[in-house]
Amino acid sequence: MADSSANHSNYVSGTFSKDGFILRQLVSTDFKLKYRRSILGVVWSVLNPLLMMIVMSVVFSYMFRYNIENYPLYLIIGNITFAFMSDSTNQGMTSIINASSLLKKIKVDRFLFPVQKVLFALVNFAFSFVAVLAVMLWFRVVPTWHFILLPVCLLLLVVFCSGLGLLLSAAAVFFRDVMHLWGVVITAWNYLTPVFWDAQMLVDNHAPWFVLAVVRLNPMYNYIQFMRDIVLWQTVPSFETVALCVVWAVVMIAIGIFVFKKTEHKFILYI
Amino acid sequence: MSEQIATNEQEYAIEVKDVTMVFNMASAKLNSLKEYFIALARRELFFKEFKALKNVSFNVPKGSVVGLVGTNGSGKSTMLKIIAGVLEPTEGECVVRGNIAPLIELGAGFDIELTARENIYLNGALLGYTKTFIDEHIDDIIDFAELHDFMDMPLKNYSSGMVARIAFAIATVTEPDILIVDETLSVGDVFFQEKCMNRIRSFIDTGKVTVLFVSHDINQVENLCQTAVWIEKGVKRMEGPVAEVCEAYRNQ
Repeated sequence: MADSSANHSNYVSGTFSKDGFILRQLVSTDFKLKYRRSILGVVWSVLNPLLMMIVMSVVFSYMFRYNIENYPLYLIIGNITFAFMSDSTNQGMTSIINASSLLKKIKVDRFLFPVQKVLFALVNFAFSFVAVLAVMLWFRVVPTWHFILLPVCLLLLVVFCSGLGLLLSAAAVFFRDVMHLWGVVITAWNYLTPVFWDAQMLVDNHAPWFVLAVVRLNPMYNYIQFMRDIVLWQTVPSFETVALCVVWAVVMIAIGIFVFKKTEHKFILYI
Repeated sequence: MSEQIATNEQEYAIEVKDVTMVFNMASAKLNSLKEYFIALARRELFFKEFKALKNVSFNVPKGSVVGLVGTNGSGKSTMLKIIAGVLEPTEGECVVRGNIAPLIELGAGFDIELTARENIYLNGALLGYTKTFIDEHIDDIIDFAELHDFMDMPLKNYSSGMVARIAFAIATVTEPDILIVDETLSVGDVFFQEKCMNRIRSFIDTGKVTVLFVSHDINQVENLCQTAVWIEKGVKRMEGPVAEVCEAYRNQ
C-alpha cells in the first residue's frame, strides 16, 4: 500500500497539468489506434497527400497549370491545410458522443475531447508536411526564412479549428443531423476554397463582387493563402490575409467556447 | 463565529446540499432537428419531468464509512453520479473535498482496442495520477490484478472479470481521499472479491479515506459501514447509525 505521506504528490496538482497529461494520453491513443496493424503505419500520412497530389496534378494540370508555378506544390499545400480543418472538425464533431462511456463515469473536462481531435489532426499535418518538403526538394524550392512564420499560421489554424470543433461537438450532441449536414458543408467548402484553382481566375473572368467577397473572406482561403505565401511564394503574407486569419480564429474560438460552456452541463442527458 | 463554521465544514468530505435532480423525459428522446421542431410546435417540449432526487441533503465527515441504501430506481445511482461530478444537479449543490476514486461501472472508461498497459496510462491520467507515479506503480497494479501475461493484449480479448481486476487495481493503487464503491465487485471471482474487500478495509482502517458504499446487500452495508443514508423514490427517508437504518429498511 502506498504510504499516505506521499499521497498528494501522486496526484497531479492543478487542472492544467492534469488536462495536459490526459490530452497527451488521448492523442497518443488515437495515434496508436490509427496505425495499429498497418505495415506502412505512419508512412501513410506522408503517402496519402502525395498520392492525392499526383492524381490531382495529372487531372488538373491541363486546366490550371498555365498560370501557377510549381502547381503540384500549390496543390499539396492547399490539400493538407484543408484536410487539417476537415479532419479535426469531422472527428471533433463526434468526439463528445464517442466519449459518452467515459463522460458517464469519470469527471473530466469535456472540452478535452474536441481539442484532442484538433491536436491529433495537427500530428497528422506534421507528417503530411514531410510530403511537402519532399515535393519542395523535387522542384528545387529552397526553404527561406519565411518558414519561421509557419508556427504562427498553425497556431491560428489550431485555434480556429478548436472553436469550430467545440461548436460542432456541442451541436451534434443535441441534434445528430449536424453530422450529416457537416459532410455536405465540408464538400461545398472545399470547392469554394481555391485548393486546386487560383482565386485570380475569378477576377480574370469577371466574377460578380459577392462571389469574390465570399471567396476572399472564406477563412480557409486565408489560412491556405498564408501557408502558400510562406512555403511556396516565399513572401511575407499581406496584412489583409494575416488580419483575416486572426479575426476568424478569435471569432470562432469565442463562439465555440460560448456555446460549449452554455450547453456542456446538459451533454450527459443526451449522450 | 464564521471561522468556526468554516472549520466545521472542512471536516466534511462530501456535502450534499438540498440536491434536486430533474430529468426531462420528453426532450431526452429528441435526436433530430425535425423531432425538436415538431415537439416545439406541439408544445410538448418541456413536459413530463421526472424528479430522480427531491431535496436530498446529507453530509459525509472525513474518514467515515457511509452506506447508501435503497431499492432499485430509488435514485442511488443518480446520487452517486452527482457526487462523482458526472451529473450536475438541477438544484442545490454538492461539495466534494479531495480526490475521488470512483469504482462505478468498473472499466467503463477503457478503450477496448488498447492493450491493458496502455489503458492503465489512459485511465491513470483520467484519475489524475502523474506520469511518474504510474511509471513507478505499474508493477503494483499488474501484481494486484494478477494478469502479468496479458498486459500487452488488447482489452477486447479480456473477460469482464479481467477488466474489472485491472480497473480496481488502477483506482486503488494509491489511497484516495474518497472512495466510491458501487455494486461492482460482483464481477470478479470470489477470490478477487475477497482481495478487493481486503483492500477497501485496509483503506477504512487508516481512518483517512472516506468511503461511500452502495449496495443492495444490506448485510454487506451493515458489516462495513458506520452510518447509512436511505434514499427511497428520490427522497431521503432516513439517516443515522447503520444498524438503525438497516433495521428500518428491512421492516419497510
